[in-house]
Amino acid sequence: MEKPFYTLSELCICAASEAWRDGGEVLATGIGLIPRLAASLAKMTHSPELMMTDGEAYLVSEPVPVGPRGNYHPKIEGYMNYSRVFLNIGIGHRHAMTGPVQMDKYGQTNISFIGDNHLSPKAQLLGARGFPGNTINHTNSMFFPNHNNRCFVGNEVDMVSGVGYNPSKKLKGMKSEFINLGLIISNLSVMDFKGPNNQIQVKSLHPGVEIQEVIDNTGFELLHDKYVVTPTPSNEQLSIIRDFLDPHNLREQALPDRSDK
Amino acid sequence: MTKIIGSKDIISHIRSGMTIGIGGWGSRRKPMSLVRELLKSDVEDLTIVSYGGPDVGMLCSAKKVKKLIFGFVSMETTPLESHFRKARQEGSIEVMELDEGLLQFGLIAAGMRLPFFTTRVGLGSDILSLNPEIKTISSPYKDNETLVAMPAIELDVALIHVHESDDLGNTFIYGPDLFIDDKFVRAASKTFISTERIIKTDEIDKNKSMFNWFERSLVTGVIESPYGAHPTAATPNYGFDKEHLSNYSKATDQIEWEAYFENYISLDHESYLKAVGGKDHITSLEVPVF
Repeated sequence: MEKPFYTLSELCICAASEAWRDGGEVLATGIGLIPRLAASLAKMTHSPELMMTDGEAYLVSEPVPVGPRGNYHPKIEGYMNYSRVFLNIGIGHRHAMTGPVQMDKYGQTNISFIGDNHLSPKAQLLGARGFPGNTINHTNSMFFPNHNNRCFVGNEVDMVSGVGYNPSKKLKGMKSEFINLGLIISNLSVMDFKGPNNQIQVKSLHPGVEIQEVIDNTGFELLHDKYVVTPTPSNEQLSIIRDFLDPHNLREQALPDRSDK
Repeated sequence: MTKIIGSKDIISHIRSGMTIGIGGWGSRRKPMSLVRELLKSDVEDLTIVSYGGPDVGMLCSAKKVKKLIFGFVSMETTPLESHFRKARQEGSIEVMELDEGLLQFGLIAAGMRLPFFTTRVGLGSDILSLNPEIKTISSPYKDNETLVAMPAIELDVALIHVHESDDLGNTFIYGPDLFIDDKFVRAASKTFISTERIIKTDEIDKNKSMFNWFERSLVTGVIESPYGAHPTAATPNYGFDKEHLSNYSKATDQIEWEAYFENYISLDHESYLKAVGGKDHITSLEVPVF
C-alpha cells in the first residue's frame, strides 16, 4: 500500500481541531501536545476568534509553536493567569481538550488514580487537577493516543475526576445544563456523544481502520450505524502544522505513525 | 520594626499537627529553602495544603505528612511526582483530593473568614463521594439549586517565595503568574516569606507596587533566601533544575532518599547552593517555556 501523504498524528490533529468549530469566542485549551496543536490549528484555520495562551500566563493572538522557538516571540494580546482561568471556567468561556487515562460509557473521565481503594491506589496519577470544575462548567473534548479497553473501560472509571452524563451522579436540584462533552479523538476513530441520551457513537473511522477494531478495543457498547471516514488533512493544514506549529516534529514522538506497526 | 528573621526561626512557629500551606505551583516558585527547614526539623503529623510539586514529595518521603489537601502533585518536567506516588500507593498519608479551583475556593473562604464558599465544582464527580466532609446546600432563593459548600481551608502557617521584600513584609512577585499565593497568605494565621532579595522601603515606587499582591499586615516573618526556590523555578530569575529534579525523582528508596537528604537537605542554605552547583549554575538555568 502506498504510504499516505500525512501521518497518523497529523490526521488526529486535524480531526481534533474540528472540536472547536462553531464554538464561539472561548478559551481553547489543549492539554498535551496533540490537543494543543489541534487547538492551535483550529485558531489558524476555521476559528480565528478562539482565545489561546502561551501555555503559561499570557493570551496570544497567534498560537505559539511547540518546542524550541528560536527567534519567535509570542504575540501577546492579554493576560490569563491561573486565578483568571478559574474565573473564566466559572463563566464557561472555555473548551478544553484533555488526555484522560480512563473514560467510561457516560463520558466520565479519570486522571486521579487507578485501583479500587483510594486510600492506597494501585497507581497514583496526577490527582483530579481541574477536571471536576472544567466538566461541570464548560465544553470538554478528549484525546486518547491508544484506543483500547483499558482506557475505554467497561465499568465506571476508577475515580470520576471529570463529570459525564451518569444519571446516578445527578443529585436532586443539581444544575447539569453546563455539562457538554464534545469530541473523543483516538488513534482509530472520532466519536461523539450525540446518540440517544448522550450515548457515545462512532462519528468517523480513520482511513484503513475497520469498525470491528474499534468495537473490540472499546469496553462499552458503541452506536455505530452512520459513520464516515475521517477527512484527510488538507495541504493548508499540513503546511501550518509542519512549517509553523510543530517544526521539530514533536507530534511524531507523541503519536507515532501507524505504518510503524 | 523589622520582620526579618533567620530561616531556622520559622520552626519556632510551627508545631506538630499544624496545617501548613505552601505557595507556588508544581515545580514553580516553591519556597524550597523553608521547606528544607521543615524537613530538617522534628515537627511531624502536618496537614499540607499545596498545588504540589517536589515540596509535597519531599515532605512525604521525610514522613512529615499526616494529611495532604491537594488538587494535583506534579513535577512538570515529568508529570508524575515519584515520592508522592510512593506515599500514596503505600497508603501512608491521608488525603483530601480536590479540584484545583475548589482548593482555591476553600482558601478564599478562609481568607474572608467565612465557613464555606458556594460553587458547582465537585458536583457530579467523585470529589464529593471521596470527601464526605464536603457538604452540599440548597440555594435559599427561588432557584433552589443544589450547590457545593466548600469548607474554608484555614491554615496555621503559609510559606511563600517572592522576588523582593522589604523588612516590613512589603513583598513583590515579578513572575508571569502569582499562582494562588495571595489566597494562601490570606487563609493563614501566620505567613513566612522567603525572598530572593531584601530591598529598602524607599526603593518602592508606583511601578513596583503593581507587583505587590497582599498587604504586609499578613506577613509575620521575612527570610532572605537568594535562589531559595531551587530546584523549582523563580521566573524571570531562573528556571527549574531539570537534572537535579530528575535525580531527586529517582531517589525514592530509603537508602537513596537518605543520601539525598544528607547531600542536600541537611545543609545550611549557603552550603546547599554550593552543593547543587553554585549560584552561577542556578542563574544559568533557563526559564521554562511551555
